[in-house]
Amino acid sequence: MVVLVRNPVHAVLFLVLAFFTSAGIWILLEAEFLAIVLVLVYVGAVMVLFLFVVMMLDFNLTPLRAGFVRYLPAGALVAAIVLIEMTLVVGPKHFGMDNIAAPIRHAADYSNTRELGSILYTIYVYPFEIAAVILLLAIVAAIALTMRKRPQTKYQNPAQQVMIRREDRIRVVKMQAEKKHRDE
Amino acid sequence: MIALSDFLILGAILFCISMAGIFLNRRNVIIILMSIELMLLAVNMNFVAFSHYLGDTAGQIFVFFILTVAAAEAAIGLAILVLLFRNRRTINVSNMDTLKG
Repeated sequence: MVVLVRNPVHAVLFLVLAFFTSAGIWILLEAEFLAIVLVLVYVGAVMVLFLFVVMMLDFNLTPLRAGFVRYLPAGALVAAIVLIEMTLVVGPKHFGMDNIAAPIRHAADYSNTRELGSILYTIYVYPFEIAAVILLLAIVAAIALTMRKRPQTKYQNPAQQVMIRREDRIRVVKMQAEKKHRDE
Repeated sequence: MIALSDFLILGAILFCISMAGIFLNRRNVIIILMSIELMLLAVNMNFVAFSHYLGDTAGQIFVFFILTVAAAEAAIGLAILVLLFRNRRTINVSNMDTLKG
């Protein structure tokens, strides 16, 4: 659905649906923290960003759809072949219940978040910091790419403001004192 | 009871959908970016399934990092896309031929 619908806004909304269902499946897999993170980060931030961009750019859709029908058989064929091959590899023959048994369910007071945190901040603390740096890089790059100077906008120049001298602004005028007018 | 292979097949289906999406919508950059997100979701699904069935939490840590990198990638990709649309008034991939290679 994400790739087939004509309207990009609908495609983004279908992608949100896909992320929600994945979050539900991850909760079934006892990865509660990641499911919540998926909903918060992806649905809350990234998909909203996508929606913003899709709605902000009013592009013409018709030339973008050109060649869709022409590539449909080839794309569907390749996807079907890859799917069949991957299914043969990861199918029940190798990864079924006989080979890998279902794990024991954790107790009710088991905390997935605590478990993740105890590993993340000890063994994987260095990749964690690198991830933080990557996020900072993304912030800086996104702002630097999209910021532009408009000619009609007025800016302050702080260097010029600091460098200003007293003589540039005020003019001391020497003049004779006025005579006091006689009262009438 | 749901076996591990079911989750892996679900990941394979997601991956194939996103691959077909890149094949079909090869003119539209936004759809291509969304297909990449779907591909990363398929990979994450495999990671979480293996992590659950093998009882190893390290897989979920990797999913965490993949989510981080995917968010950064989406932000930068959309920034580039906005810049491109502002300069060229189009997001068609086949029009991006100014850099004669």
